Amino acid sequence: MLLLLLGIIFLHLAALVLLFVSTIVSVWTTGESTTSDLWTNCTTATTCIPASTGEWIQSVQAVMILSIIFSCLSLFLFFCQLFTLQKGGRFFLTGTFQILASLFVMSGAIIYTVMSKDWVPEGNSFGYSYILAWVAFPLALISGLIYVILRKRE
Amino acid sequence: MLTFLALTSVALLGIVPEQSQAIVIYTGWERHALVGSDIRLSCSFFSWRWTSEDVTFSWTYRPDGSRDAISIFHYTGGAAYLDNKGPFRDRLEFVGNPGRRDGSILLKNLELSDNGTFTCDAKNPPDIVGRPSSVRLLVFEKVPIQAGVITGAIIGVVLGLLLLIVVIYYLMRFLVARRVFSLSVSKHGKKKKEGSQQRQIKV
Repeated sequence: MLLLLLGIIFLHLAALVLLFVSTIVSVWTTGESTTSDLWTNCTTATTCIPASTGEWIQSVQAVMILSIIFSCLSLFLFFCQLFTLQKGGRFFLTGTFQILASLFVMSGAIIYTVMSKDWVPEGNSFGYSYILAWVAFPLALISGLIYVILRKRE
Repeated sequence: MLTFLALTSVALLGIVPEQSQAIVIYTGWERHALVGSDIRLSCSFFSWRWTSEDVTFSWTYRPDGSRDAISIFHYTGGAAYLDNKGPFRDRLEFVGNPGRRDGSILLKNLELSDNGTFTCDAKNPPDIVGRPSSVRLLVFEKVPIQAGVITGAIIGVVLGLLLLIVVIYYLMRFLVARRVFSLSVSKHGKKKKEGSQQRQIKV
């Protein structure tokens, strides 16, 4: 029982850490000597300048921040429900928030994939923050589904 | 003694206004506009003297990145002379009122190449000592959105919706609990009345 609990919490925390790294580190696109998005565009030679202020980048920023907020809320609610739920009850609220967080990451990654051609020059490839976002999406989704299926035992 | 005081006061009156008798020119600091629109660049001045008939206004334009300024407008002797050879040919109009110390010009049909600094220099003889004032013009293709506006808006809307759902959920629970409570109270009341009626009949 305890092992299951630890496993679930570890999965949730892994997804949360991936979300944090993907949002905060600004390496969604890499070029030969540049990294850019979501927050700053940097070249290895000079200092960093703020990223472009188009509507689509701002929406990706918003959606990634929302996914972090929802995932943190879901973790908090899990601990609340752990102590207040009746025996045999399901962690619906926790699972809902975690699934919403995964949906937000998915929509953020999709928006970035489709619209980044507008502001990213040719020859640049996707960076590791972008890949982490795509990895965080199924992790968060599975974690949320486990919460919905899980029943509280004594 | 009295003559001494009179002489010093006259001298002071003579000196102090001389120092503050520079002409002060006011224009905006920075102006933003869209491509294709019109913009009015205002220029006015403050001077201790009355507005003279020989008041002059002149505007010069220095494009972004260039070191030379060209003259595009000059008002003197009661007549306005507009640019008829340079980049603002047929796009300039004088909309000022020199009698009211207003030397504003209207730029029509702005282009991206109009980005630059416009300097207004006004002279109100004999008040000619002053510093010209500059206004910077920025022309945009479309209105640029500030960083973080849409981000904040999306986050605010979603969190607001979440809060609204939580509030509505607790409100519904509270209302349903109140209805259940009032229903149970009325049932209790009816049962008590029936009980007392039966006792009366028995007796």
